[in-house]
Amino acid sequence: MYSFDYERPSGVNEAASAIGEDDKFLAGGQTLIPTLKLRLAQPGKLVDLSGISELKGISVNGSELSVGAMTRHVDVADSADVKSAIPALAQLASHIGDAQVRNRGTIGGSISNNDPAADYPAALVGLGATVHTNKRSISAEDFFVDLFETALEDGELVTKVTFPIPEKAGYAKFPNPASRFALTGVFVAKTASGVRVAVTGAGPCVFRQTDMEAALSSNFSPDAVSGIKTEASGLNADIHASADYRANLITVMAARAVKAAS
Amino acid sequence: MSVENGIGASVRRKEDQRFITGNGHYLDDMNRAGQAYGYFLRSPYAFAKIKNIDLSAAKSAPGVVDIFTGADMVADGIGGLICGWGITSKDGSPHKAPPHNSMAVDAVRHVGDQVAFVIAETLEQAKNAAELIEVGYEVLTPVTNIAKALAPGAPQIHEEAPGNLCYDWELGDKAAVDAAFANAAHVSKIDLVNNRLSPNPMEPRAALGEYDAGSGELTLHTTSQNPHVARLIMSAFLGIAPENKLRVVAPDVGGGFGSKIFVYAEETTTIWAARKINRPVKWTADRSEAFLTDAHGRDHVTHAELATDNDGKILAFRVSTKANMGAYLSTFASAVPTYLYGTLLSGQYKIPSIYCEVQAGFTNTTPVDAYRGAGRPEATYVVERMMDTAAKDLKMDPTEFRLKNFIQPDAYPYETPVIMTYDSGDYPLAMNLAKEMIDYNGFAARKAQSEANGKLRGIGVAAYIEACGIAPSAAVGSLGAGVGLWESAEVRFNPTGSVTVFTGSHSHGQGHETTFAQIIADKLGVPIDSVEVVHGDTSKVPFGMGTYGSRSLAVGGSAIVKAVDKIVEKSKKIAAHLMEASVEDIEHEHGVFSVAGTDKKLTMGEIAFAAYVPHNYPADLEPGMAENAFYDPLNFTFPAGTHIAEVEIDPATGVVDIVDWAAADDFGNVINPMIVEGQVHGGVAQGIGQALLEGVIYDEESGQLLTGSYMDYCMPRADDLPNFRVATTNTPCPSNPLGVKGCGEAGAIAGPAALMNAIVNAIGKDIDMPATPEKVWRAINSN
Repeated sequence: MYSFDYERPSGVNEAASAIGEDDKFLAGGQTLIPTLKLRLAQPGKLVDLSGISELKGISVNGSELSVGAMTRHVDVADSADVKSAIPALAQLASHIGDAQVRNRGTIGGSISNNDPAADYPAALVGLGATVHTNKRSISAEDFFVDLFETALEDGELVTKVTFPIPEKAGYAKFPNPASRFALTGVFVAKTASGVRVAVTGAGPCVFRQTDMEAALSSNFSPDAVSGIKTEASGLNADIHASADYRANLITVMAARAVKAAS
Repeated sequence: MSVENGIGASVRRKEDQRFITGNGHYLDDMNRAGQAYGYFLRSPYAFAKIKNIDLSAAKSAPGVVDIFTGADMVADGIGGLICGWGITSKDGSPHKAPPHNSMAVDAVRHVGDQVAFVIAETLEQAKNAAELIEVGYEVLTPVTNIAKALAPGAPQIHEEAPGNLCYDWELGDKAAVDAAFANAAHVSKIDLVNNRLSPNPMEPRAALGEYDAGSGELTLHTTSQNPHVARLIMSAFLGIAPENKLRVVAPDVGGGFGSKIFVYAEETTTIWAARKINRPVKWTADRSEAFLTDAHGRDHVTHAELATDNDGKILAFRVSTKANMGAYLSTFASAVPTYLYGTLLSGQYKIPSIYCEVQAGFTNTTPVDAYRGAGRPEATYVVERMMDTAAKDLKMDPTEFRLKNFIQPDAYPYETPVIMTYDSGDYPLAMNLAKEMIDYNGFAARKAQSEANGKLRGIGVAAYIEACGIAPSAAVGSLGAGVGLWESAEVRFNPTGSVTVFTGSHSHGQGHETTFAQIIADKLGVPIDSVEVVHGDTSKVPFGMGTYGSRSLAVGGSAIVKAVDKIVEKSKKIAAHLMEASVEDIEHEHGVFSVAGTDKKLTMGEIAFAAYVPHNYPADLEPGMAENAFYDPLNFTFPAGTHIAEVEIDPATGVVDIVDWAAADDFGNVINPMIVEGQVHGGVAQGIGQALLEGVIYDEESGQLLTGSYMDYCMPRADDLPNFRVATTNTPCPSNPLGVKGCGEAGAIAGPAALMNAIVNAIGKDIDMPATPEKVWRAINSN
């Protein structure tokens, strides 16, 4: 690890003004710290967000669930509010990484990193969530731009995520056997504004499977999607799985997510 | 009469108290006054010539003590790393062992090859300085795949090994095999890949080198499975220091699985550098370095054929294998695909003739050497996948086909056509037990139930055999080994009756401190808490060949028994004197010495005390109670057994769920059943890892290691494993005084074949390891 400066502000505005061009926000550190240890990043300063209490916490306001950016995966997984409002979200959080990752990793850190195989992007896009920053609100679909790329501008900081509470939702993940990231994960939600199907792990960035959304809108059952294929071209291919296999998994996981939806 | 905590008792492991409370003594926790830290600059290329190395900027970086390169070691007269087992090719020529310097001199031959050793006041400073070293590389085209490396036109990795061939070896009677095949009613064929594995002990390798300028002594603390052998090689072949001036200590070591047998470049460089700078130097591998430089295992490509008659009897077996040695020949690499592999190809079967040929070659990859099982898993995989293929061709149940061809329990000693003499066993007993444990006959009903649920179900058998207790010296010497493979022990009574056992074996997870104490408790009646087992220090233990090849109990334990026998012999003389009887009338059982036909008796503790306070003592006897023994067995041991795996496969994803596992193993006599069961669990876990999850992958174009972390290299975890049904059948081994055979490698040997046979049985098609979900899914969906 290269040496760097370190700051731990107690407020969002303080954090935003502390960050410079070569600096990094430190959330749960579950990607950033290993990257630093391997000397693959050399920030001038880490601005640690763990001292900002307003970034933490879960609340339900009418038809909306709000999760603070520095809320850990384990807190989402164990939250009675989340389990009651969106059980699929609690279940998703309970399967991120391993216990150590869930005890440190945060929703804000995860979505800001936008790893193509992360779980949360599927939930945000699948539920039509809104990402709130210190500057603005961004729809989930606009937030996730491309591989490890988000709509965040320099110095912009995620403060919370708000999820519209769906009629029902389900998430099915096929974990990479080694890393346990999503080789392919599909989040399905039946919401007031229609059915949404979001796929993570299979492509360079989370995306909506609109053929499946159309089929499920008229018949919300596993059978409705089990015959719908996804074009393999453009999907990820690596030592763990080919694009063809990932395309197959989208179909299989979508059907399982629908079956699991509650 | 049985003894508390004696032989056969499932005693809890004495050593676990310190391990689970964080009080173990592991190398990276050790620090010395004035210690500096070493860090290796490694090659980023798979194959390149080194044109120049510019150290000037790095040497003036903050905190740098010194920086060394391969040229410095050569100039100091330090020799290259050696391979200690000579293999002779078909044409009579010795195997090719190209130079293997601890640090590269003119070329790098795999990603991670050592280029320079940076020593600084802190590790971070050493890493910072390493980034300032400028190496001029001329990058060459690498080759990583063994079949491609041995094909005409492949890049030439060492000029000493034309065509990248290390050796072309054969075993068995080719003419007899060819004749049998020519007349056979059936010939079954199979092509197999035995995937390359990374050993992944929990503790990475580490070294702490110290030099005493006053005495001229060097001390190397290192993560070794065999510190005496490390000292011998470093002294005799590398020229680090005379053997009497070099002390090697292997403290608590967190796993090895074979990978810590070998004498590596890093440990050698560290101890050499400590003398150069006259300061202690510590080097600890990080996990990335472990993936890049710990010797890998397996990596075979094999074609095999089996000839059978119309009654399902095996007539002959022939096997042709290409074995990947990696970039250099590691310490025992040459023996693994030859005498630890070809000699086991008779399996548990009566096969009239066998012929095996093995071409070993160099590639631009990490060196390959022994890994849990070493050659024997590869042999079992070939034999047992072959048996299933033949049974299928003959439309016979795979267990019936095996039972029909097994060597029978009354056939020992049994000489195989591949130079082994099996000494004992009962193969039908273990197979029938395993079948019963897993309800083999009920499989059809379970399969029907799975099919009704949309799942595929399969069952797979592996009847394995291994040659363990690696020894005897005369036999291995005749086959090319450069060392003897006996073991030593000293049993030393303290005057107050407690015992210290010095063993040349080395425990790095096996539980020797408990098992060996149980032997003393049983034989001499000493409570196990009063028995201390000392190992791993060349300055304390007389000598030792170390721990590998499931040899510690069969060879090291037998040496302890021999020392105990001497203790008993001497004690009888003392007892006779003290009880005024003749030695012939003294009877001994579990540490109690009595005069036959009387109620007179003395305990071992009383006799030991008398030996140290010899006020009333036989005039012709030396005082003291400590005995040394060296034990060299007459034969290998031959653990064998049957494992049966049952799987259910989801055809939509190809995911294999292991639903049941039965292991019936013949380990001979068992000292501690709990430890044995744990060894079976661990071995099977690694076997399952090989079959389903693990596999080292190199990019064939660049030679880069693609599986260089746990994000990409998949180790088995608890939720990948089923509950195991474990049982033992115990036919005592006639070749050692304990009647034990060894249990450490069995699971890793039997596991892959049993599991792959189950998967092939379920999907009806051959596939190679690891059987990843995608591979299984593709096989199910292919025509």
